[in-house]
Amino acid sequence: MSLIWLIGKRLLYAVALITAVLVLNFSLLHLAPGDPADVIAGEMGGATAELLAEIRALYGLDKPFLVQLGMYLQRAYQGDLGMSFYYNLPVVDLILQRLPATILLVFTALIFATVGGTVLGVLAARKPGGFTSSMVTLLSLVGYAAPIFWTGLMLIILFGVVIPFFPISGLYNVAKMATGLSWVVDIAHHLVLPSFTLGVVYLALYSRLTRASMLEVMQTDYVRTARAKGAHERTVYLRHALRNAILPVVTMAGLQFGSLISGAVLVETVFNWPGLGTLVFESVIARDYPTVLGVLFFSATLVIAANLVTDLVYRMIDPRIRLRD
Amino acid sequence: MKRIMLAAVAATMMLSGIAVSSADGGTLVLATTQKPRHLNPAVQSGIATAVPGTQIFATPVRFDENWNPQPYLAESWAFSDDGMALTLNLRKGATFHDGHPITSKDVAFSIETIKANHPFKTMFGPVEAIDTPDDHTAVLRLSAPHPALLLALSSALGVIIPEHIYGDGQDPKAHPRNSDTVGSGPFKLAEFKPGEHIILEKNENFFLEGYPKLDRIIIKNYKDVTSMVLAMDSGEVDMLPFLAGTRDIARLRKNASIEVTDQGYAAVGPINWLAFNTKHEIFKDVRVRQAVAYAIDRDFIVNALHSGFSTAATGPIHPGSPFFAPGVESYALDLDKAAALLDEAGYPAGSDGVRFSVELDYIPAFAEQQKSVAEYLRPQLKKVGIAVELRASPDFPSWAKRVSSHEFELTMDIVFNWGDPVIGVHRTYVCSNIRQGVIWSNTQSYCNEEVDALLDAAGKEIDQAKRQALYRQAQQIIVDEVPLAFLNTLPYHTAYNKNKVGNPPLSIWGAMAPLDKVTVQ
Repeated sequence: MSLIWLIGKRLLYAVALITAVLVLNFSLLHLAPGDPADVIAGEMGGATAELLAEIRALYGLDKPFLVQLGMYLQRAYQGDLGMSFYYNLPVVDLILQRLPATILLVFTALIFATVGGTVLGVLAARKPGGFTSSMVTLLSLVGYAAPIFWTGLMLIILFGVVIPFFPISGLYNVAKMATGLSWVVDIAHHLVLPSFTLGVVYLALYSRLTRASMLEVMQTDYVRTARAKGAHERTVYLRHALRNAILPVVTMAGLQFGSLISGAVLVETVFNWPGLGTLVFESVIARDYPTVLGVLFFSATLVIAANLVTDLVYRMIDPRIRLRD
Repeated sequence: MKRIMLAAVAATMMLSGIAVSSADGGTLVLATTQKPRHLNPAVQSGIATAVPGTQIFATPVRFDENWNPQPYLAESWAFSDDGMALTLNLRKGATFHDGHPITSKDVAFSIETIKANHPFKTMFGPVEAIDTPDDHTAVLRLSAPHPALLLALSSALGVIIPEHIYGDGQDPKAHPRNSDTVGSGPFKLAEFKPGEHIILEKNENFFLEGYPKLDRIIIKNYKDVTSMVLAMDSGEVDMLPFLAGTRDIARLRKNASIEVTDQGYAAVGPINWLAFNTKHEIFKDVRVRQAVAYAIDRDFIVNALHSGFSTAATGPIHPGSPFFAPGVESYALDLDKAAALLDEAGYPAGSDGVRFSVELDYIPAFAEQQKSVAEYLRPQLKKVGIAVELRASPDFPSWAKRVSSHEFELTMDIVFNWGDPVIGVHRTYVCSNIRQGVIWSNTQSYCNEEVDALLDAAGKEIDQAKRQALYRQAQQIIVDEVPLAFLNTLPYHTAYNKNKVGNPPLSIWGAMAPLDKVTVQ
């Protein structure tokens, strides 16, 4: 019962939140100077006044702002995200074409960051001040401090040009025309550098978090009790300590899902990853309002879903939350 | 026997200096940051659409690297003696990608569609009617002689589209088949993922026997120039046209298997300039504009800022054009003359050495052409007492809005010649094109009736020598009156893998022309 209530409440929030996201961004985009007709004229190397007027009329850009907003929201609630001004294609098609790449990238990075970060954190916590601990600290500081695009470009130069071991751009090699298993392998091969680049910042953060949290938990009475009752050291670490120490990581991972998506914009740009991040960036520059709003709609939905999942994971890990409801 | 013949062929090839064997087939991977909106050049100009568009759609004629028109879809053509009509004799047996024959009706429909919808209105402006006496003859009747017509019927501009697809009454600018094309060119569309890639497959029924050589062209869209250049460097990409970053050019030059050439950009004719708002209180005085021109050291821009990869621009017409007039006043650096002109114009230096201050607009994303040049101009113009404040626009539309509304004092700008002066040059100078809200119109508000008359006459002059003379006169006046301080040509280059790619596109339209002769190994 409480689970359904939780999801229902979240859905209600979601509708309000997405409406706010759409209205705010619609207004912001219209505040930016220039409109899609200017962009199209720029793309074409010039245009006449008549042609610009025709383009504006074609996309309803000649109507007052509030009318445009009203028309957009009305259609959006009916599930119609409209046509892209720039590509003259349905926004939903454009997004669905790009969504899988972003989801693949973001989730791979997230899993890499949480799992890797936790493992490194636990290793570092075993002997604070020891060699492993120092190395983890050093690596995580570097990983956290380096800007994402810089890490990406350095990895491209190192593993793409100097030691050409990984492909450096795109989701798969279009020229190869691979199908089936070799296509999947090709994608996995392409995924290595971008997901590492995106994940490494968060990996650094989570390893620090896990380390600190583990050190704290290891001091607690229940760990001492577990040890006193003769539990194996591994059991103490993994069952008693880690399960408690991992809660902050889950919290952070859930909270940071949104910033992971925005980080994806940079990674997608550097690695030419055909995802939503670059689509939204290009669409802002092209003043392609329907596409920008469509992408924001999808990513807001993703973030809301991720927060919901976080809550559910929390309930799984921490029985106290379940009991409280 | 066979082996001997092969050896003979190989020997001949070695003798004739062909480095790359011209075996048919294979895939060419071409990289660009230019993302097309759609693929129909009849209603959309610009590099992004032209590169795939000229593969998908054929044109009546095409041009070689020396500005000579060559037969393409039209086997031959002839102007009437008075220059008021052009007869196109179309190739027989040519078909669209869906098998329909290409007829003179399609040619007439295409030109009418372009005339009504394409942004470059001067291309077919004088075309009054198109007669189609039979399926393979089209006669374009003109209201005035129009020497730019053949160029307008060539690659990147005058594409032939099927009437049975695009003539269904829908607005051609937003036609659903613009992204799902039925064309007439050497390659047909296999896949279009906007902003990602375009896959073009060989048109087996192409009207030129034995062409295209390639099986497939993949046009990959890159989001970041650095990543794209690294991909070229690492061999992921075979060809990289429209490369303009001088550091990128220098980097790829160092790669022994990559050839980098500046051939193939004569028609696009890109010029980087500093534009004056001639309606502005200070810049309405021609002496002030001349002073600014004298204060700029173009050698520094070309050699220091652009590492010698660009060339100095001295007038409104690109040096690659047959109408470029060498030897017009070139405003060699002369700070004393600049100061004298400013004194004369009534702007004496104040106690702090400053005569007046102005704002200079630019787009920082154009790092080498606009940002570094603008940053150079600030201290340089300070030397003659002009305090320049830089005003960066966050992106293209913001800048375009400002400049097209004439709300600027000085601005950096890059404008293309687009082949014939009638298409890409006149628009910047004629009085009738001073318009609000239209970018790359006469946003300088420059107006000189003598220039108008000269350009008008040049646009209608069939005799090439006379036409050149008229443009020379117009260029002289424009340069004297400096509505724009011409700075440099854009250092466009094409990089290609020379061990793999044969017959790279080096005609005047470069990669904005059919790649039917290109081979890969």
